[in-house]
Formats: sequence, structure tokens, C-alpha cells
Amino acid sequence: MIELLELFLIFFKIGLFTFGGGYAMIPLIRQEMVNGGYLTIDQVNQFIGIAESTPGPFAVNMATFAGYHTYGVWGSVFATLGVVLPSFIIILSIAYFSDKFIKTKPVQTILKFLKPVILGLILSAGLSVLLHSILGDYFVSVDFDYTALIIFVVVLGLSFYKKLTPIHLVLISAVLGMTLYLF
Amino acid sequence: MTKLKMYLDIFITFFKIGLFTFGGGYAMIGVMQRDIVEKKKWIDEDTMLELITISEATPGPFAINGATYIGYHKAKFLGSLFATLGVVLPSFIVILMVSLFLQAFSDNTTLQNALAGIGAGVPVLIFHALFKLSKKVKINLINGLLLVIAFMVSFFTNFSVVLLLILTAVFALIYTAIERRMQA
Repeated sequence: MIELLELFLIFFKIGLFTFGGGYAMIPLIRQEMVNGGYLTIDQVNQFIGIAESTPGPFAVNMATFAGYHTYGVWGSVFATLGVVLPSFIIILSIAYFSDKFIKTKPVQTILKFLKPVILGLILSAGLSVLLHSILGDYFVSVDFDYTALIIFVVVLGLSFYKKLTPIHLVLISAVLGMTLYLF
Repeated sequence: MTKLKMYLDIFITFFKIGLFTFGGGYAMIGVMQRDIVEKKKWIDEDTMLELITISEATPGPFAINGATYIGYHKAKFLGSLFATLGVVLPSFIVILMVSLFLQAFSDNTTLQNALAGIGAGVPVLIFHALFKLSKKVKINLINGLLLVIAFMVSFFTNFSVVLLLILTAVFALIYTAIERRMQA
């Protein structure tokens, strides 16, 4: 029960501090879940790919996934509740009282300043994810994965075709993984 | 009875939105515009714009913000509860099924290779999202500095992300206070 409450609180925190869309939660997930010893970096990467190619909000998919992985079905229930509740409470209060507060100058300035910080955080998350998939635990010892590098470069090249959605890119990555890792 | 029917209608409408919307965020805005504003007419255009403004200023996924806000407009607290449950449940069920599937075939080499492939391709998705988000940020000295500092702190240290966001908010408040004083 204590573990479930902890998981709930972690995701409540993640839900409360995720501004600027689903990907803004990746730095938080990495810090809370990977450093907390609940998940490995590889698992987080795979979850991102799967959460992106299944329907519904990215944050909910990630919470359900990570929750199930840590404490089974109840884990996913508590993680999902945790990530949803902050939004629910805040929006309900705004709908009930007023949205004047968020239109004030201080709040708007905070949001304006948060945007570049969030970009910096996502850039850092993206780069460490990339380095990790190619080099392994590069702080410990370098374990060069040529296949991962090839997949990254191919998918990066394909991503410039505007017709390919993230779901296509995830599917292509999966197929490349299935074939290239055989050799 | 009609009330129960209305709650059920809210639940089912949002369940469908949750089930058929891929990609969250902006995709969700489009679907809600079509299904809720144009078809069901539960809220008008102005309320939809208000919702988008509020969502940009509050944390959490747009889907949840949208469901809670629209549900409340249509049927107060219970409306928001049924709408939010509706939009969350499809994700929850689908991901649970995917998790069970992955667990059942966790020894399968092909599946492991596919997952490793996904892991290698995911940085592209992150950079892609980053590129899209960056269009919403003005290029100037302060933004550039904030971006670089946030990147350095996050990449090279284990400093709390939450604390970094709070410090940014404090910095923003101080900055506005100083700016106001200079103008006065």
C-alpha cells in the first residue's frame, strides 16, 4: 500500500509540473522513475515509442505503462489517477471560480519564462536518450551499438518526409530493430 | 432518467475521443472542435478558445483539461467526472492490454529486437517534438540563456527538475518586479 501511495505521489508531482504537452514530462519521468530505480532508461524509451503509437493522451499512456511495470494493475491505477488528478482539480477550480487568475501579468510572465526552460530540459532528455541507446551506460563504460546508430540515422532521415507520422516512425523503428538486430 | 442519459452521453462521447485520437495535444483540439463544438454543440467557439488559453497556462495533458472543462460546462461536477473518466479509460485499457502482451512474450527475441529498435528511433520523436515546441518560443537573449542553463543543469547534474521549474517561476516574478520598477 505504501508503495502504491508513493507511486501515486510521484505521478501527481509529474502531472502537476508538466507544462507544454506530453513530451515535457519526459525529463520528470526520467528523474523520478529512472533515478528512483523503478525503471531503466531503455524501458522509458520503449514506453515513449509505444505511448506515441497507441490512442489517447501521451501522459496517461506513460503513467499506465510505468505503473503496470512497477506494481501491476494496481500500480497502473494509482499512477494514472496521480497524473490525471492535478489537471482535474485545477481545471475544475478554474471552471467553478474564474480564469482571471491565469490571465494576470505574473502568471503570464512565469509561463513565458518556463517555455525556454522546458525546451532545454527536453533537449537534454533527447540527447541523453540518444547517447544511451548508442553508447549504453556511457558514464560507466562505452558499449557501442552500431545497429542503434543506423536505426537512429535512418529514422531521422525518414522523419523529414512530412507524410510520415510518429506512429509510422515507431513502426519503421520496430521493423528495423527486428531485422537489423538479427545480424 | 434523462440526467443519467446525459451523463452516459458525456461519457461515451469522450470515450470515443480518447479511443480514436492519436498523438494527443493538437490532434485532440481538432477532434474536440469537431465533435463537441460543431456536432454536439455543448460549448461554443468562444468557450473553446477560452479552454485552449486555460490549457496552455495550466499543467497536464490537453485531453484531461478539455474533458474536465467541457464536462463541467455541460453538467457541473458529475459532468466533468464522467468526461474525464471517458477520455482516460481507452488509454488505460489499451496500455494495460499492451503491457500484458509484452509480459507474456518477454522471452521472445523478435519482440525484444523490435523494442530495441523502437528505443533507438525514439530520440527522433523527441527532437521532432522539440522542433515543434521551439516555434512557440521567441529568440532573444533571456530565452537563449534560460534554454542553455536548463540544458546544462539537466544534462550534467542530477538537480531536481521540479525545483528548476519553481526557481524559473521565482526568477520570472523578480524579473517582472524589477522591470516594473525601472519603468516607474
